[in-house]
Amino acid sequence: MSKTHKIMLGGMELIPDFSGALYVPDYETLIIADLHLEQGSSLARRGIHVPPYDTAITLKLLEEVVSAANPKRLIFLGDSFHDGEGETRLDDTHLITIRNITSSYETIWICGNHDPEPPQAIGGQGAESLSLGPLTLRHEPSLPSPSSQSGEGGSPQGETGGDLGAESLSSSHPIRRKGAAFPTSWRRREDNFEIAGHLHPGCGLTQRGRRLYGKCFVGDNTRLIMPAFGAYTGGLAITSKAFAGLFNEAETHAWMIGQAAIHRFPLSRVQRRD
Amino acid sequence: MVLRHRSVCVKFQFMSLLPTSFVQWFSERGWQPRTHQLHMLELGLNNENTLLISPTGGGKTLAGFLPTLVELAEPHETSGIHTLYISPLKALAVDIARNLEAPIAEMKLPITVETRTGDTPHSRRQRQRIIPPDILITTPEQVSLLIADPTAAHLLRSLKAVIIDELHSVVSNKRGVLLSLALTRLKSHAPKARFTGLSATVADPDALKQWLSPSTQLVFGNAGAPPKIRILESAERVPWSGHRAVYAIPEIYAEIKKAKMSLIFVNTRSQAEMVFQELWTANEDNLPIALHHGSLDVAQRRKVEAAMADNKIKAVVCTSTLDLGIDWGDVDFVVHVGAPKGSSRLLQRIGRANHRLDESSNAMLVPSNRFEVLECEAARHAAAEGAQDSEYPTVMKLDVLAQHILGCACAAPFDVDQLYTEVTSAFTYRKLSRELFDQTLDYVATGGYALKAYERYAKLKRDSSGKFRLAHPLLAQRYKMNMGTIIGAEMLKLRIAGVRNRLGKRVVTGGRVLGELEEYFLSQLRIGDTFLFSGEVLRFEGLDEFGALATRAPGRDPMIPSYNGGKFPLSTYLAERVRGILADKSKQQFLPHQVQDWLNTQSWASALPRADQMLVETFPRADKHYLVCYPFEGRLAQQTLGMLLTRRLERWGAKPMGFVASEYALVIWSLGDMSAMIASGKLSLAKLFDEDMLGDDLDAWLAESNLMKRTFRNCAIIAGLIERNYPGKQKTARQVTVNTDLIYDALRTHQPDHILLRAAWDDAAEGMIDVHRLGAMLKRIKNQILHKALERVSPLAVPVLLEIGRESIYGDAHDALLAEAADELISEATRLV
Repeated sequence: MSKTHKIMLGGMELIPDFSGALYVPDYETLIIADLHLEQGSSLARRGIHVPPYDTAITLKLLEEVVSAANPKRLIFLGDSFHDGEGETRLDDTHLITIRNITSSYETIWICGNHDPEPPQAIGGQGAESLSLGPLTLRHEPSLPSPSSQSGEGGSPQGETGGDLGAESLSSSHPIRRKGAAFPTSWRRREDNFEIAGHLHPGCGLTQRGRRLYGKCFVGDNTRLIMPAFGAYTGGLAITSKAFAGLFNEAETHAWMIGQAAIHRFPLSRVQRRD
Repeated sequence: MVLRHRSVCVKFQFMSLLPTSFVQWFSERGWQPRTHQLHMLELGLNNENTLLISPTGGGKTLAGFLPTLVELAEPHETSGIHTLYISPLKALAVDIARNLEAPIAEMKLPITVETRTGDTPHSRRQRQRIIPPDILITTPEQVSLLIADPTAAHLLRSLKAVIIDELHSVVSNKRGVLLSLALTRLKSHAPKARFTGLSATVADPDALKQWLSPSTQLVFGNAGAPPKIRILESAERVPWSGHRAVYAIPEIYAEIKKAKMSLIFVNTRSQAEMVFQELWTANEDNLPIALHHGSLDVAQRRKVEAAMADNKIKAVVCTSTLDLGIDWGDVDFVVHVGAPKGSSRLLQRIGRANHRLDESSNAMLVPSNRFEVLECEAARHAAAEGAQDSEYPTVMKLDVLAQHILGCACAAPFDVDQLYTEVTSAFTYRKLSRELFDQTLDYVATGGYALKAYERYAKLKRDSSGKFRLAHPLLAQRYKMNMGTIIGAEMLKLRIAGVRNRLGKRVVTGGRVLGELEEYFLSQLRIGDTFLFSGEVLRFEGLDEFGALATRAPGRDPMIPSYNGGKFPLSTYLAERVRGILADKSKQQFLPHQVQDWLNTQSWASALPRADQMLVETFPRADKHYLVCYPFEGRLAQQTLGMLLTRRLERWGAKPMGFVASEYALVIWSLGDMSAMIASGKLSLAKLFDEDMLGDDLDAWLAESNLMKRTFRNCAIIAGLIERNYPGKQKTARQVTVNTDLIYDALRTHQPDHILLRAAWDDAAEGMIDVHRLGAMLKRIKNQILHKALERVSPLAVPVLLEIGRESIYGDAHDALLAEAADELISEATRLV
């Protein structure tokens, strides 16, 4: 078992798991980003015949992680399927596995860019984004606040920050659908804390001439981006442009998933490119 | 075109084959065709398959073209490509075409010549399709693309001749394997065409002949005068370790000053940069010295070549980029810095100074450390005898076969039985079983998985006539983008950057392209780090979407790229000779005195093993215990050995801490006292080095090995499982395709017998982990281990101990630390009592 790390965000304690999942003890909630189920068959449709074993591997790991954490609630942070039709390609045994999970735990599927519609036939409910106490959970990280912009890197391209539509659920419930809270892209981040996925963060460093690379959690004091969970998902270097301007660099850390444990590094240690 | 003013004993019966215009052309220039050129002409006109083996400067290219030129000398209608000329070097296609156009113009022959390479614009390819030239000069990849084109049958309908240049180099890798398959297609399209191979001297001409076609006739060119090779007798101290050869720079400079034009060959790009910079510093006379290596921008390389051709250059520091191809200018002296690695390789390089065949070429070997002195000595003797140790052709690569099968489907639907027969007609696949072929076909169609999940997404589908056809035309498009067998390290373009200050901020913008650098290397740089490239000290300025940016930083000390050796391991043949030198005092008399002293000290401080023995030394040093062995089997095989021995030592309680392999030796250090363990019988060297390590231990190690993953990635790209990444094209999160390491892991657990794992294992066994060589070595040393339990490090062990930690430190600190460590070790090793 790996050393337990604690990530503090908005006064809440978050526990990163070696699998790439994130546990929120205060809410007994397990968060998992970017499952990318049926990625193999999705690529196969385009003639890229990667081994058709990804869904089996991902679900096996998911079952293990979920039963070990035994949370009250499961939140999938989007891109749970590699494409919108992924659900329909699930093999029967996998369908049963997922249904078992969704019937045993309260499950919320946040929509991602790969799977913009919530799944229909596997249980659980869909959402665009969610609030968990002070934390906002969404698939794509929102645009950076002006104060956190630094260096020469511009802001990433993308839609404006707001999640539109859905009305609030019961306010006594810690989880509610997000209203159209942020009509403009420039919003204050200080009183808003975010957990997102989408970017599949990864980082590397060189030690004694050897280059080590792995998926990672990456975050500063206002935002945490989770690694992708899926069997075939890799890690995009957090030094790459997609991450530009997302973090207040001085306060950013990466929790790198090694071969047997999670290791925490200040950004400067894993940042070999600016 | 290499034609020399030289009279040869010409066989006159062949002369009659030469049309008068040709005879006249030769005599106008005061030339005479050479015997082998005429012999090639005769065989060619009889439509025989031929293989010409001749050293550099033998007029090979003209010999290959002569039958074609004679056949096409009469006015004719071009009804398709007559002759396909295939050269492994795309850069040379244009030069060869130019050299061919001269005699064609001078003899007023009605022959059209065109080139087709990766750089040929689309419009010209289209035109070549409609109006094909008589002679098409092209590369192996283009031939594969040609046969994958639906118009192939039409274009090749009147093909009469196929000429493959530098065949010795082509057959030694996967490019050759792919070409051999493309040739089977050419043979099917044009069953009457003749095949001609042009090759430098090789160890096994028969294998090369078979590769081309079983009916091939061998023609040998004049061997020329034997080369004069000497080893630099330096007045300076030859270093114990390292690859920098800085000690020899003044002496190299003095030699190139004397010569007309010199080529200075080195083994790696970083060595080239380093030697170039040192020479430049020593260059008091302002001699025109240039640099030539594969990472430099093409235009820059062309400039150097042109300057060589005009004899405007005094010396060129170069890597293997100048190993092959046509002669540039009047090179009369070759310097080889560092280990020659193999006799054939050295002869090929020295041949670069072989401008006049009947005069000896002149070469000097510059060892960069003491073991390299031994290797140079071995190579010098082998080369003087003309001994060849070139590699046997590479055969049976399943990833390459998969690529070929898809290519065939791109051209037209194919019949499976016919394709199998065609494929096995190639020398490279003569032993391919039908079962394996079918598995490869299944892989191409649906991925070849036990779980039949992708039947409906198949790339190949059977049509009503039972033929396999491409499921979608887009797949042909993708094949064109991804075909080929060269998978380099991921490279990024490097540009010179302009820096301005705007609103107090440094704004960096990209300018001219300098060349390409490995992404791996760049990923280790911080902004502001300096490094050597293109003979300049550059300051890293970061990356943009097109690649890396750098500014000039003259006068600063560069952080030199880490040495990237091991690309060409020491050949088995030379290794044997090196062991022979160590074992035989009489062979050591030719060595420099300081090296003789080194070996003498070794023989009393420890021992010099017999040629059939392997020396193993154990000794304590500081708070650790060391085991050093000297297999001389190259870094790759010894790295594998190190990995396997460490596992065993771990299991047997020696508490190993790490290991380092050099080209010659392997050192393992541990907390446990291995000398004591051997003395007490707790550790048996015979058992430690037993061949059974290649069983379970190897499998267990490979399961986690990064080398295996890298090899797998190459196979996956060649086999078309995943698409290539193009340099400079940065991936975004959305585009992240599947990482091959993850595919590898998935396959290992779910389908360990998958064809790509098999292909990767096969490659690794030959290449990255060199299991074949390791296996042969373990067999050789059985019962032949000479163990010496020493009190301290031996002289022979010093070089490999100096390699420890070499990779982790850069720049000046690197050398300061190494020098310090070196002095400590050396005084320890040579202390008398």
